Amino acid sequence: MALVEIRDVHKTFQRDSQRIDVFTGLSIEVPEGTFLALMGPSGSGKSTLLNLIAGLDKPTSGTVRVAGAEVSAMTAGQLAPWRARHVGFVFQQFNLLPVLTAYQNVELPLLLAPLSKRERDERVRIALGVVGLEDRMDHYPRQLSGGQEQRTAIARAIVADPTLIMLDEPTGQLDAKSSQEVLGLLQRLNQEFHKTIIVVTHDAHAAQRAKTVLHLDKGELIEQQGVAR
Amino acid sequence: MKYFPLVLANLGRHKRRTILTIAGVALALFLFASLRTVVTTIGAAAQFGSARRLVATNATGIVFPLPLSYANRLSTVPGVEAVTWANWFGGRYGDGKRFFANFAVDPVSYLDMYPELVMPADQREAFLREKSSAIIGKRLLEVFGWQLGQDVTLQGTIFPGDWTFTIRGIYTPSDAVLNDDMLLFRHDYFDERIGRAGIAGWYVIRIDDPNRAASIAKSIDDQFKNSSTPTKTGTEQAFNATFATMWGNVRLLMGTIGTAVVFAILLVAANAMMMSARERTGEVAILKTIGFRDGTLFALVMLEAGLISLTGAAIGLGAAKLLYRATNFNAAGFLPGFDVTPSTIVIGAGIALLLMLASGLVPALRAARLPVIQALRHVE
Repeated sequence: MALVEIRDVHKTFQRDSQRIDVFTGLSIEVPEGTFLALMGPSGSGKSTLLNLIAGLDKPTSGTVRVAGAEVSAMTAGQLAPWRARHVGFVFQQFNLLPVLTAYQNVELPLLLAPLSKRERDERVRIALGVVGLEDRMDHYPRQLSGGQEQRTAIARAIVADPTLIMLDEPTGQLDAKSSQEVLGLLQRLNQEFHKTIIVVTHDAHAAQRAKTVLHLDKGELIEQQGVAR
Repeated sequence: MKYFPLVLANLGRHKRRTILTIAGVALALFLFASLRTVVTTIGAAAQFGSARRLVATNATGIVFPLPLSYANRLSTVPGVEAVTWANWFGGRYGDGKRFFANFAVDPVSYLDMYPELVMPADQREAFLREKSSAIIGKRLLEVFGWQLGQDVTLQGTIFPGDWTFTIRGIYTPSDAVLNDDMLLFRHDYFDERIGRAGIAGWYVIRIDDPNRAASIAKSIDDQFKNSSTPTKTGTEQAFNATFATMWGNVRLLMGTIGTAVVFAILLVAANAMMMSARERTGEVAILKTIGFRDGTLFALVMLEAGLISLTGAAIGLGAAKLLYRATNFNAAGFLPGFDVTPSTIVIGAGIALLLMLASGLVPALRAARLPVIQALRHVE
């Protein structure tokens, strides 16, 4: 059974009087444990697809199921705890809270779980250890390099051990060296920790690291490489 | 509790703004407490007075005296237990910049009438023994640095000349509303100096039954109705209230302009708090993406607003309470017993809660209701 099932999804945006059809009957299945790269030109619907899977947005019609739950039918009140439990999200701009240290940023998702202070501490240290930032846990985002910030964001995404890790252009703001570090880390998370990863990217190097690559154009799946679908 | 570091971190984001906002709230509530205490002090002064004491003055006006011969006649009115009298002197000390009440009293009957003037027995005896002696409130010791046994000279304004008294007693009022900076001297000395014995400024009459105050007062006034100097008798409380009404306009000013100033400061503080919350729309999006519920975000923003409001309130109200108590402030004797009351603290805390709601509710609701996908546009 696929971890992510997208069936006959339509998504339409209304901007003033203009109607924009992003998806017109898109169907995709993503098996558990895959490392999927979504590629395509700007406006092809990559980020929208990511938002639909993460329950940040709703399809106009069709169903989105993740780990057996119909995300597209959930209310906002149901989605928040569902995201906390099942989704780790990484943004292009890192989006760490500037007033919190790396440790505190990584701890954020754990505040939503019924864990003791000690349990939270243990998990935060493990997550920071996985991304190689044990020695930077007391640093604020402004004291970290771009690559370190993104690794902290990845630590935040994995700390609650979510079902799915989703990344939107994770290397978009990084130099080549930092990009390789981040991509290597994602590959390790997939291979060693068997995490299911979906990454939206323009970066061909990122796509090379993925097990599966889907190409989207104008909301349609035009090409696939690997085992998805 | 686990969210507390997040709230504190947000408050520390713009330290200067947070400090200034808290200072604004503190200042507003300090002013509120001060202004309201003026009003409550005046009110308390108007309420002061024993239910068993009446005051008789000249019916024409308090500035006109009454014959001293009335004392004996007053004491024969049914229901009257004791009578004493006093005369406003209006002397000033030094450059006269520091006002304090001073008047001549009949020593034995006056101290008997006012057990609220607490003083050691030997000092009381000394006052009763020595004609040119005076007793003073303990505050005058601090104000002028006077000492027991010292001679002090007042310049008479109504009764001209230098009037020298020897301080023989220092009283402490048992009721905070009673002035602790009066100078009382002996009426017989006063009579002797002015050479016009036989006048009293007002009489104070103790009655046996407070429930009969009105009928006894009427009996007194009826007795002197057809004399050349009719009386106007009422309860001591009513007598004090007439002085309190002189503050009428001041109370109005306190109540209106003061309130307007306080709320202007509070609005500025509320605006700063709302602005701070608005700036963080992007971060709200991140927290929503992580899985923070709308209710949790609402509570976090409200908690932040509450911390600012309540910290400011604690500082402002606490400072007013401690400062006035520590300095024993009484507005140069015009506001005896000036003390921030518990009701003022409670109302001040209520204002702080209202401020929390006014400044936190809109951004908190906005943060809670903001669709995550729309909020994310602030991030991207």
